[in-house]
Amino acid sequence: MTAEAWKIVFFTIEVSALSTLLILPIGIAVAWLIARRDWPGKAVVETVAMLPLFVPPVATGLLLLMFFGRRGPLGSVLQRGLGIEIVFTWRAVVLACAVMSFPLLVRTAQSAFQEVNTRFEDVARTLGANEWRVFGTISLPLAMRGIVAGAVLAFARAMGEFGATAVVAGMIPRKTMTISLSIYQNVQLGRDSAALPLLFVSVVIVFITVLCGQIISMCKHPR
Amino acid sequence: MSLRLHGVRVPLARFSLEIDAIFDRPIAGIFGPSGAGKTSLLDVIAGLRRPVTGTMQLDDTVLFDPSARLDLPPRLRRIGYVPQDLALFPHLNVRANLLYGYRRSTPENELITLGHVAEVMEIAPLLERSVTTLSGGEQQRVALARAILSTPLLLLLDEPMSNLDSRLKQRLIPFLLRIRDEFHIPLIYVTHDAAELTALCDEVIMLESGRLTERGSPADVLP
Repeated sequence: MTAEAWKIVFFTIEVSALSTLLILPIGIAVAWLIARRDWPGKAVVETVAMLPLFVPPVATGLLLLMFFGRRGPLGSVLQRGLGIEIVFTWRAVVLACAVMSFPLLVRTAQSAFQEVNTRFEDVARTLGANEWRVFGTISLPLAMRGIVAGAVLAFARAMGEFGATAVVAGMIPRKTMTISLSIYQNVQLGRDSAALPLLFVSVVIVFITVLCGQIISMCKHPR
Repeated sequence: MSLRLHGVRVPLARFSLEIDAIFDRPIAGIFGPSGAGKTSLLDVIAGLRRPVTGTMQLDDTVLFDPSARLDLPPRLRRIGYVPQDLALFPHLNVRANLLYGYRRSTPENELITLGHVAEVMEIAPLLERSVTTLSGGEQQRVALARAILSTPLLLLLDEPMSNLDSRLKQRLIPFLLRIRDEFHIPLIYVTHDAAELTALCDEVIMLESGRLTERGSPADVLP
């Protein structure tokens, strides 16, 4: 495999890890709010959080392009206010990966929180714990395996992200090129020999990642 | 200690819990068939379930008074609760469970220290063990000790011996009496075992379909 191909592999791992880290706090908060609280608009937020699973990735990418483009409502604010450009940069790759893998994290973490026996939280309250302490010392540790499994799945999903990334970040060599984009481009150009090593490496990485997720989620934890 | 419940009404699945009662004896037993609302009553007293009407007061502290928009959260009620399934935190060892709600002993109850409570409940050798490795009787004593260490003004016990065989029940009764005699913590004890009430309680309250139907000494009330 060429040095250029290895750079693409490491870039993909980096943006996947970064996008997973970015969605972790938001995903955990959303999952907990859905699992443990009743509030107006909950069904709407839950549906919005799941949308990227069902909307075509290219359509999601187009939505991101409209929102984060230079003339988009968020993109123009970021551009003018902070001088941060999103689309067709590495940030767009992170953004697309984050949005596309968000539902997997939320769904898995939500199930993990729902599996925690509410009696543990109740007893913690009677022992003097406020809601933050209940969350930090009871709910979160007991749901941790599910959350880690969700994060692993989100990372694996980000590693394979293609459609939304292609639209919002383009396929710019040495700037936004990920494994999936590079495989696609090489195949389109008839360079199958260049695509195959990337294919092999990506399958190995995702296989190991998903296997880790399976092992973590299979580990029994008393709840 | 005096716990006053006036006009407390809580809708349940099949009937409403409607309670007017004063609990002022060292060990009050609540007796009744399964599904009579016994656990729901404890949840209401602990602040884990909100009544639709009524008032509750523990000594001079108002726990619940909707006319004053007052609903003291469980963490501020100083009411200990040992639920039927004990809810020992499975990710913490015995020591961490015991110290979870530990409040430093007050001048009027300076006997409540980790060392003394562990000694009285005969769990001192278990402190570093995982709670998941304890026997049923050991788990019961750890759950009781954890509740005592939060220096409650009142301790609620929901069928604490329901999972023990008769030999272990006989062994646990002296520990419950020690809570009254050594730590001076009044108990409300829920069970549907008449023998336990006879051995432990100064007063028994009969609960059927959400209503108090009888109260008096165990000899007067129990069949």
